[in-house]
Amino acid sequence: MTLTANSHLAELYRTMRRIRTFEERVGELFVRGQSAGSMLHLSIGEESSAAGVCDVMKPQDTFTTHHRGHGIFLARGADPKRMMAEIGGKETGYCHGKGGSMHIADMALGHLGANAIVGGGIPAVVGAGLSSKYLKQDAVSIAFFGDGAMQQGILYESMNMAALWSLPVLFVCVNNQYGMGTRIDQATRNTAFDERARAFGLNGAVVNGLDVEDVRDAARWLIDEARAGKPGFLSVEVYRFFGHARMDKSPYRAEAEELEGRKKDPVLFARAKLLDSGLESEAALDALDREIAAEMDATIDFAVESRAPALSSMFRDVYAVGEPEPEPVRARIDRVLAREDV
Amino acid sequence: MPAMTYRDALRQALDDAMTEDKSIVVIGEEVGRYGGAYGVTKDLIKVHGPERLIDTPISEPAIIGAAVGAAMTGLRPVAELMYIDFLGMTMDQLANQAAKIRYMFGGQIGVPMVLRTQGGTGRSAGAQHSQSLEAWIMHTPGLRLAMPATVADAYHLLRQSLTKPDPVVFIEHKALYTRKEEVDLSADPLPWGKAAVRRHGDDLVIVTYSRQVLYALEAAEALARNGIEATVIDLRTLNPLDFDTIRTHVERVGKAMVVSEGVMTSGVAAELCARISEECFDFLEQPVIRVAGEDIPISVSQELESGSVPSARIIAEVAERLTA
Repeated sequence: MTLTANSHLAELYRTMRRIRTFEERVGELFVRGQSAGSMLHLSIGEESSAAGVCDVMKPQDTFTTHHRGHGIFLARGADPKRMMAEIGGKETGYCHGKGGSMHIADMALGHLGANAIVGGGIPAVVGAGLSSKYLKQDAVSIAFFGDGAMQQGILYESMNMAALWSLPVLFVCVNNQYGMGTRIDQATRNTAFDERARAFGLNGAVVNGLDVEDVRDAARWLIDEARAGKPGFLSVEVYRFFGHARMDKSPYRAEAEELEGRKKDPVLFARAKLLDSGLESEAALDALDREIAAEMDATIDFAVESRAPALSSMFRDVYAVGEPEPEPVRARIDRVLAREDV
Repeated sequence: MPAMTYRDALRQALDDAMTEDKSIVVIGEEVGRYGGAYGVTKDLIKVHGPERLIDTPISEPAIIGAAVGAAMTGLRPVAELMYIDFLGMTMDQLANQAAKIRYMFGGQIGVPMVLRTQGGTGRSAGAQHSQSLEAWIMHTPGLRLAMPATVADAYHLLRQSLTKPDPVVFIEHKALYTRKEEVDLSADPLPWGKAAVRRHGDDLVIVTYSRQVLYALEAAEALARNGIEATVIDLRTLNPLDFDTIRTHVERVGKAMVVSEGVMTSGVAAELCARISEECFDFLEQPVIRVAGEDIPISVSQELESGSVPSARIIAEVAERLTA
């Protein structure tokens, strides 16, 4: 790392570049047939939402994410090797290969879990907010979700409770314009999402995700307010550069739209801002990019070389250690067929 | 010994547990000021305060979801679902979230919460307030399931549920709340996960749980007058399931009947019947018989309602034919 200037934007750029490069490597893992399954949802184009919000979170804060949450977890400080291993379904992954891309979690970083049910992880932050308030943890709990979840009832139940009980909670919509193949204006009449939040008594803001510093500033205000007991909502407007999942070539949207959408690139925007302001040199940023590329290359090697979990581990963690465990089907069959007269 | 109702035993269990464990909070519709739709939490708000008896809006998915998040971050919530029929509203938070979090996240964290609810017939409450949906829970790995039949178990099973590291669904029976028994709550309870043999007999084994335990005992008394002696097993918890106790008695007696208020097809009785048939095959003198709810919704008419679920009379009748 050869960055010279002491600019925080450079840190945000680094975070976003790490996310972008990590996601590209996730795509490679898939192409190489090394990822566990095809349920890989990349957050390329959405890096500013992750970097901007996580930048102002405190260590005690907690969060849940949607199924497109790699970037958020990375921005929070995740080890990309253990993430890639989890995406590959390996023993060395965060969840020992049981969770994968859509169910990754890490209690040490306050990650209460990614979720594969649209909106499924949202109410957990209400509970975490209750804990924070009752146990005086001074923690804000943040639910990240996509615009698809803006049409799920659970969001409004959760917003209502958070406001009613003045909980330290923030709802963050990463509005990438698409819920799978359905564009947001095909899913709802009114896309001014902050109005919905204000209707429930929350602070609400919409921010253009092009400039990560704008996202960070909006998040700072909302998180500060939430910590003081006024929950909030933030919609970060971005564009999902690629398909819903790795197999999706986006036949439902025009190429011209995609090309236009990909101009809203928060990584390139931050890079240009650093260069234009004279804070960083082209050479320094290139060096940083190469360093990150090497770091992320290593994540693939780590995932590929890691062992698969032992088959016997499948019965572990259904219940707590020491509690009655599920009996394997095979053991039950063997017992029945081992009767003396068989 | 003092007499106590099932409802008061539940309230006492919550009160005692909340006094001992300050991380316990109760969250649900009408649990605070109202005191619970069936009065189980009556006046607890006066003792433990509104921060720990949290009245919620009518938002079942978010109630269970909030309990999940609270359980992951240091509290031990008791979420009350007013009627088990409302599971349909909140099944995602229970089955996809609470039940799977420990597993999906590789054992990093558990969800030590209790979902208290009540089910069953007996109050002409109609098709959406009278069901016995325990099979939905039993069919979901990751959830423990307790269903007390007696006043003492109402107390002890709830206290035990509130010490468990994993989510427990605790299903009370709405027809039992006013039932009174003489109980000594200071007596040592049976361990969690252990079935109770409520009556011993050598002619057949009746395996059941919740209110049907009382019907089975009533039937057993009638059968005894005709010289038929039944063993009655009260499972107490369906997960964990104490199959060893079932096996011991079925192998000894050779005839078994399973009784459940839930609808027969793919129900708890079906699972128990299958296991007994597989594992006790060589000891069975007759097919294992299921006496269960009809495969129909519950009617509001008292006649249709009570006619659609097992009763002491039906249990006794079937038992006589099985042992003839």
